[in-house]
Order: sequence, then structure tokens, then C-alpha cells
Amino acid sequence: MTGNRKWNNGETNNQNKKAKIVCTENLAHEYSRRDENGNIIEIVRAIDGVDIEVEQGDFIAILGANGSGKSTFAKHLNGLLYPTEGAVYIDGIDTTQKEKLLTVRRTAGMVFQNPDNQIISNVVEEDVGFGPENLGVPTMEIRKRVLDCLKSVRMQSYRKRSPNHLSGGQKQRVAIAGIMAMRPKCIILDEATAMLDPVGRLEIMDTIRSLNQEEKLTIILITHYMEEVTKADYVYVMQEGKVALKGTPREVFACTEKLTECRLTIPKITQLAQELNRAGLPVPGDVLSEEELLACLKI
Amino acid sequence: MIRDITIGQYYSTDSLIHHLDPRVKIAGTFLYIISLFTFHSLSGYLFAIAFFCGVAALSQVPFSYLARGLRPVIFMLVFTAALNLFWTPGESFFSWGIIELTWEGVEKTVFISLRLILLVLGSSLMTFTTTPNQLTDGLERLLSPLKAIRLPIHEIAMMMSIALRFIPILIEETDKIMKAQAARGADFETGNLIQRIKNMLPIFIPLFVSAIRRAGELALAMDARCYHGGKGRTKMYPLQYRLTDLLAYAVCFFYVGILIIFVP
Repeated sequence: MTGNRKWNNGETNNQNKKAKIVCTENLAHEYSRRDENGNIIEIVRAIDGVDIEVEQGDFIAILGANGSGKSTFAKHLNGLLYPTEGAVYIDGIDTTQKEKLLTVRRTAGMVFQNPDNQIISNVVEEDVGFGPENLGVPTMEIRKRVLDCLKSVRMQSYRKRSPNHLSGGQKQRVAIAGIMAMRPKCIILDEATAMLDPVGRLEIMDTIRSLNQEEKLTIILITHYMEEVTKADYVYVMQEGKVALKGTPREVFACTEKLTECRLTIPKITQLAQELNRAGLPVPGDVLSEEELLACLKI
Repeated sequence: MIRDITIGQYYSTDSLIHHLDPRVKIAGTFLYIISLFTFHSLSGYLFAIAFFCGVAALSQVPFSYLARGLRPVIFMLVFTAALNLFWTPGESFFSWGIIELTWEGVEKTVFISLRLILLVLGSSLMTFTTTPNQLTDGLERLLSPLKAIRLPIHEIAMMMSIALRFIPILIEETDKIMKAQAARGADFETGNLIQRIKNMLPIFIPLFVSAIRRAGELALAMDARCYHGGKGRTKMYPLQYRLTDLLAYAVCFFYVGILIIFVP
């Protein structure tokens, strides 16, 4: 991107920001706890001053322990929650514009945690068609899209089946296809792998990586599994509603102490590399994969 | 497996009747049920039976399956038959103690039982040949004129299809909760009726909580997929009449016409 952005005046800077696929400005969200009589007993600031910018085609990961505000943040990107302070722009559109809500939701599709609770229809292909049906896409176009999307998540052979007979990973792939069928520019996965077994988790990671690389979709992966973020372009770590750490996976994993403070643990392989490094072996402390570690050890 | 349960009694084959538009089947069944009350002669019954047998043969649903549809109404059948048999006044041909049989009673019993049987068989033939989803779709389209008087037809149909999707999931969940409670020493087998109902409470409360939580998540997921009611919605598989559907309508009306005009 243009390096001269820094030297531009504020207005152009703002224009640039709105050109990003996802952009939040000093985003904060508060919700209030009430007692039985409806009196506010506590105001919780779930997110507090988050600035995130995502370029079209990026693969971003947002890491955080339970209660770090990462899910609340995700719901802002889809117009499911509105900011208390600050603003969210999706493809240049402010999410608080009610009349553009459908455009926002179509541009940034969201996959949720529980595979069972986001499949609406009794037949796989009809479920994938649910989004386009809501958008008023013509019948023949829906059928074409559904087939394309099921192919891109490799579920086309299940299209006439009932979702009840699928595994968790397969159901999540159907849910991703359901979002893809709305032709989004960006997919947000809100802990979409948290309820899956390791095989299902791998399936989903493979699927979203290929969507990112082949279809050039922007991916925002929200998770607390460190292994899943190693392939991301950029990582944000959230703690108590704030961005505590950001950088490439390599940069982030190097900050072991800070991560521990955020109640996160680095991937096993990086841990091993750091231990080896401490023991005096010529291994860097920011290894991300087994192959990389092996390559280092062979020298 | 509990997930394999089928709702309703759909019998899956590839027959002409199965491929008919659900609206034809719903309207046809309705017409057939009404037609059963338009005659009171033997020829009428024979004609109605012949029509049913013709459709049943076309549907390729085995007769043993169709007969199963009668099971829930056996008690009612026996009860009405007995009432008619013993309490119809007329020319007596057999009497033993207080029991008195009349020719009129026998005739009435046979006809009323036939009418009931045809009624049940006719409507179960529809559920045997139409999936619950198709039924919901068909009902939504047939009832859509009622939207004019502000009845939420689309919403009701959406609720029905969501209910159909979640029944197996909730059944499985009930099973899980029952096992979890049994593992904590809950007892569902002993005690009198009231005791047992009380013992079910630890199943129902978690089940309701989870159902409500699921509903909330589902609503979010539907929002995220741009659901905003029935307005401006298109269908992936819209119901469309084909030639066979129109022919089927013609056959139904032909049948009712003959019954009304020629059969006393």
C-alpha cells in the first residue's frame, strides 16, 4: 500500500481508512448488568478503544482468553451489536446505518461457534441457499451459487442429506458455505472451531486457508487456539477489551511473558524451540512449525 | 441411532404421487375428505374406495404401511361401530338379553366405519407421500392469501420448519440430560405417577434452558444471514405447477363431480 499515507493530512487518512474492508476506530462497547428490579448494578466495558484495520484479502487472527471481549468485538463487525463509542466501518459503510444493515451483513459474513444452532434447514443445500433466499437472489442463481459454494468447501456430495447426519466439522463447512453463498468479501469465524474435535478443526482450518488463498476472501479468525493462528498474516491479542499485543504470528509468539499474562499459551512446537534455545542449541525462539524446527536442527 | 428418527410417516419411493406438488396433495386430500360426506349409498362407497385404491396403487406405498395409519384410531373405530351396532332402532333380527341387533344398525355400522377408515387412510396417504418440509411449503403457499388479513403465514411456516429441524436435536439432548441425571442418582423408574412426574423436573428445566439458549443463537445466526421476514424473499426451489399437477387437479375435480352429480 501507499507509504505516503503517514504524511497525508487527517482527511485523506480518514478516506483511506474507510477504503479498508474492516476498520474500527476507537471502538468501545459497554453493557450493563441489572438486578431483578431492573436497576443497573454494574457497567461492564467489554471492549475498550480497539483500533483494527484489515486489508482486502488478509488473513487476520484475533486471539484472546475467555472474557477478553473478542466475541463482543466480532458481533460488531456484523451489525449484531452497535458501538457505545467509536465506529466500525465495513467496506466503508458505518454499521450503525440501519438502511445499509443488510449490505454490511452480506459483506462480512459470520460463522458462529455451535454448528447445530446455525443451520436452519433440514436439507444441506437448502440451508446454504438460506442467505441468498433472504437477499432475494433469483432462483436459478441461488442453485448455481449453492453448488459452487458446496464445491469450494468440498461438501457437494452431501447436498441432499440432512445436517443431522453430518459430523461437527462437516456441519461447520456447510455453515461456511451458507455464508459464502451470500458472496461476502470477508468471513468472520467467531470461535468456529471451539466445539469441534481435532479432525474437524483441521478440516475447517484447511477450508478457510484455501478460501483465503484461492478465492481471495478476507478472513478474520477469532479463537483461543494458538495453533490456528500460525498461518495468519497478522495477529491481534485481546485482553480485558483492549488490544494487548499485535504483529505477525512470529512476533507475537516471541512475547511469551505477555501472552501468559493474557492467559494464553504459545504452541507446543514454539515452546519446545524456546526450551531448546534456552538450553543452548542454535534454534530461534520463534519457530512456528515442526518442519521449520527440523530444518533448524539439521544445520 | 436417535438422530435417525423420522418425523411423520414419510415413505420414500419415486412414485408419480410423490412427485406431485404438495399443494395438489393437500387440496386433493381436503376435497376427498369432503367428498366422503356427500353420499349415502353403496355405489358411492364403492366409488370412493376404488378412487382411493387407484391413488394408493399409483403411490407405490405398500398396503401394510397404509394400514399402519389406522392404528391410532382403532379404539375410536371400535367405539363408534359398537355404538351404532347396538343402539340403532329398527327391524330386529337377533336378540340376546339386552343386546339387540337390527339390519339398520348393521348397515349404518358398516358405512360409518368405512367412512372413518377412508378418512384416515386418505389423509395418511398424503403424509406417506409428502415430506414434512414439502407440507410446510405447500401450506405456506396455499394459505398465503390469508396474509391479506395480517395472519403471519410466512412466520408460522418458518416456525414449523425450524421445529422440524430441532426435534431430533432436542430428543438427543433429552437423552443426554437423562443419562447425566441418572449418573447423579436421579430415579425415573420407580414411584407412583405423581412421584415420577416430579422426578422428570430435573430433565425439563435443563432442556428448556438449553432450548431457549439455542433459540437465541439461532436468531443471531439468522440475523447474520440477512433474514428479515418473508418480504422480498426468493426461493431456491419455488413450488411450480407442472402438467402432471394440473392433470391431478382435473382428476380430483372429476372424481368429486361424478360423486355429486351421479351418486345419491
